[in-house]
Amino acid sequence: MHNTETIAAICTAFGNAGIHIIRISGDKAFCLIEKIFKKGKSQKPFYVERYDSHTIHYGYIFDGEECIDEVMVSVYKAPNSYTKEDVIEINCHGGSYVAKSILMIITGLGVRMAEPGEFSKRAFLNGRIDLSQAEAIMDVIKSQNDYALRSSVNHLRGNIRKSIEEIREDILSETAYIEAALDDPEHYDLEGYRDILYEKITLCTERLEKLSKSYKEGRIISEGVNTVIAGKPNVGKSSFLNYLLNENKAIVTDIPGTTRDIIEYSINIGNICLNLTDTAGLHKTEDYIEKIGIEKTLESIENAQLVICIFDMSRRFDEEDEYVLSRVKDRNVIVLLNKSDMECKIDLNELENNGIKYIVFSTKTGEGFDRFVNELENMFYSDMIDVENEIFITNIRHAEAINNAVTSLRLAADNILGKMPEDLLTIDLMDAYNYLGEITGDTVGEQLIDKIFAEFCMGK
Amino acid sequence: MNNKQIIEYYYDVAVVGAGHAGCEAALAAARLGHKTVVFTVSIDSIAMMPCNPNIGGTSKGHLVRETDALGGEIGINIDKTFIQSKMLNRSKGPAVHSLRAQADKKNYSAEMRKTLENTDNLCIRQAEVTDIIVEDNKIKGIITASGTIYHAKAVVLCTGVYLKAKCIYGDVSANTGPNGLSAADKLSQSLIDNGIEIRRFKTGTPARIDKRTIDFSVMKEQKGDEYITPFSFTNRPSDIERTQVSCWLTYTNEKTHEIIKNNIDRSPLFSGIIEGTGPRYCPSIEDKVMRFADKKRHQIFIEPEGEYTNEMYVGGMSTSLPEDVQYNMYRSVKGLENAHIVRNGYAIEYDCINPQQLKLNLEMKSIDGLFCAGQINGSSGYEEAAAQGIIAGINAVMYIEDREPVIIDRSEGYIGVLIDDLVTKGTNEPYRMMTSRAEYRLLLRQDNADSRLTPVGYRAGLISEERYNKFLKKMESIDAEIKRVKNTYIDAGEYTNSILESYNTAAINTSTCLAELIKRPELNYEKTALLDKDRKELDREITEQVDNMIKYEGYINRQMRQVEQYKKLENKRIPEDIDYFQVGSLRKEAVQKLDSIRPSSIGQASRISGVSPADISVLLVYLKGK
Repeated sequence: MHNTETIAAICTAFGNAGIHIIRISGDKAFCLIEKIFKKGKSQKPFYVERYDSHTIHYGYIFDGEECIDEVMVSVYKAPNSYTKEDVIEINCHGGSYVAKSILMIITGLGVRMAEPGEFSKRAFLNGRIDLSQAEAIMDVIKSQNDYALRSSVNHLRGNIRKSIEEIREDILSETAYIEAALDDPEHYDLEGYRDILYEKITLCTERLEKLSKSYKEGRIISEGVNTVIAGKPNVGKSSFLNYLLNENKAIVTDIPGTTRDIIEYSINIGNICLNLTDTAGLHKTEDYIEKIGIEKTLESIENAQLVICIFDMSRRFDEEDEYVLSRVKDRNVIVLLNKSDMECKIDLNELENNGIKYIVFSTKTGEGFDRFVNELENMFYSDMIDVENEIFITNIRHAEAINNAVTSLRLAADNILGKMPEDLLTIDLMDAYNYLGEITGDTVGEQLIDKIFAEFCMGK
Repeated sequence: MNNKQIIEYYYDVAVVGAGHAGCEAALAAARLGHKTVVFTVSIDSIAMMPCNPNIGGTSKGHLVRETDALGGEIGINIDKTFIQSKMLNRSKGPAVHSLRAQADKKNYSAEMRKTLENTDNLCIRQAEVTDIIVEDNKIKGIITASGTIYHAKAVVLCTGVYLKAKCIYGDVSANTGPNGLSAADKLSQSLIDNGIEIRRFKTGTPARIDKRTIDFSVMKEQKGDEYITPFSFTNRPSDIERTQVSCWLTYTNEKTHEIIKNNIDRSPLFSGIIEGTGPRYCPSIEDKVMRFADKKRHQIFIEPEGEYTNEMYVGGMSTSLPEDVQYNMYRSVKGLENAHIVRNGYAIEYDCINPQQLKLNLEMKSIDGLFCAGQINGSSGYEEAAAQGIIAGINAVMYIEDREPVIIDRSEGYIGVLIDDLVTKGTNEPYRMMTSRAEYRLLLRQDNADSRLTPVGYRAGLISEERYNKFLKKMESIDAEIKRVKNTYIDAGEYTNSILESYNTAAINTSTCLAELIKRPELNYEKTALLDKDRKELDREITEQVDNMIKYEGYINRQMRQVEQYKKLENKRIPEDIDYFQVGSLRKEAVQKLDSIRPSSIGQASRISGVSPADISVLLVYLKGK
């Protein structure tokens, strides 16, 4: 067998489907399900060996004492499974929140997240599928991996990425100092350094733990299309939002407890989930507080995957509208001309001449809503907006990576207290550094050596 | 009428250059029973040390011990000729303990020459090699300046800094090697004609100063260790005892830096006369002052060049500034106010090859039987050179005998890290070994170099039966002692706890495993002697390893697990004739990199910059499908 490490992933498509399937493949699959699954209404312990392959079982998934979801569990015994390994499939309730919670429990028990295409890769390597199929899989691995790289760089929320990079930089600096002292002991010494290091490690650990916590609270919003509603004040941004909230029978989730001033909503339109951000109106101002709000809006636009830009067609196009337009024109944008129930004072020809596609819209009458949904779906399915399955997988990966980094840093801290020599501490530090690199998409390279030379004057 | 007769010689192995790489390569080939010739531009410059007067140091000391473990000469030679010895980093973890010895330069060179001259199968020849002979992508021999042909089944190039060497300080430059030795000006062209990519690197050295003009009373004395650890595993500490000389520590100051800053425009480095890329590890003093402007002083080590001379090496002040600036700069340093400069500091530029053209056995990918070692591969340092030299020498023989090449991987030695880095990642500056480059350094300690590599040297044929048996006995004693310590339980009681208390460590209530006590931060193997009634007297080199293996067991096991993962990928071989353009789904950049470097394993492929984990997955699937 190629690789015996047990892997898991959500196999069903992205979005708020009715059911999600989590697949676990590998040696530990059975032992794992016995730990988290209780069978039947009476919630009895589950022993895989008592059942045949290809059987399905009703019961509950538990996170310790806490019941997470009512599920169906399918058992496939090696070699009669897709991967030819022991496989468990958990059918859980829809809404990826549940599926992700279960996946987090599983990965917390020492099972690794599957790479894109990894089940299929194993199926191939274990002789389950032939080469022509495998070649198709290679393409999948490639495209998804390219995507994963892009997603870790672009889609990661700006501030989280910034914090991760800062923490990595801190870890690298400390490691580089130790390494410089080890390689050039006559120029740099480590006298008294352990105490400083201990404090710095503790600080990094605390910051990572905060991030990890924020992931748990904020994970609902981390799926779907990050969408910003932009426009100058009083063009109807809020009424547009309310319109969507009222007209839609889809799940609407308020995100409580975010520290942002900007309000966010997760909302399903057709098959597409939008993470909507209502922003402060864009306009020129001297007011300090307002300026901060506008800075935030501009930042949101920068980070958004989709901008819904609203203009008031009952008023003339003015300088401020031009300004708004200039800020969004390079983004994926849908332009809505609101208030079609009133007299049109915008020069539509001029807009068209400038190559701007627009949808005439009214939050009062609902005119243009269908066209809006059409346009949205067009953009979505023509891949203009990058939303793929990995978007939340990547994020669970992030949480996993952060937790691993925390474990490594704790080990380093313990070993400082245990008076382990510095050259061993750097093993833990670099482990933490590399785990965090999985998030920012950096592979291991010459950073440490470069850092040593950049910061420390070394050698004879 | 032309009466010129072309003389032709026939050898198995021809080694070009008799520096630290060339000596090891020539000795290895000759000792393995092959008729070997080694060329040098001057027979008086065999194993010359043109820069620092020491061998070893952090990570370099590891390379020396590994070379010795394989059956090399550098360790034995420095043990014969050192005048001071020091174990660096002794207060830190065992992975970074590093041995360094000051050498008597003249003695070092003379002893090495004596060894070469008295080795069977080995001839020394003073001549400049101008051409390599290549037929059908196979090396056939070399030609010297006089036109003499030396046929050889394998050739090892160890040209050091001599290819088109140019020495520079201020606006003075000379087309010579170090110390005015003649450069090898023609060989580069022959390499280029045979399709080899050439680069230009630069390095430098400080001035030498007359000992009688230095005021040592204002400097800090740096003595050698009382307990001397030999470099060579063939020596015992008692074999190499001698009186040691001291080095001296002083500092540059703001006045020194002022002088440099005021004259920086006259530096050939900054004016553009020097084109080669210099090392980041050993920057010139002008480089240090400019790049680390906030540092008010830099350490300067005054080191003797030997017992035969009054010349002192000014460690930390390598320079290529003009003579008058050097004069003022050195004299601004405390203790050097009246210094008489015997030789100027200078920079040296030289041709080297892009090492990515080599295979892991140090053989040129495009020319069978042509091996390269040392500075020609873009490395710097005597120890790095020697380490590559022995590997190239052994593999030249393996090539001739049609045996499997000897390749040390990253988990087996610093030598493996060094060669893999050069060959797989390449280098844009003179490459210096560093402990931070070794990812499994806790396993690659200097104390266990023999346990890692002596079996390799034995299989290659460089380690005698007698030495190997001795080695096996040592390994057995280590294993037995570790086993004993793990199975020894210390009873709790007044006696035990009074000893524990004397080391400020917690008392025990129940009988406790000795290994557990050794693991305590306050204790070690030695300190538990009084508790351990059955302990036999063992050599320090044995107890040191027992202590390390027990004390750091957790980390060692962790690294061993990482090595297992690493080996898995390393053992997945890539066929030599693979056509990367036929592998679907590889990214273009990856195809180009893989095709030019042609890694021998999936593991090596994964270390090439520009090859992503996705590409590796694709490769794995492709290979499995084949």
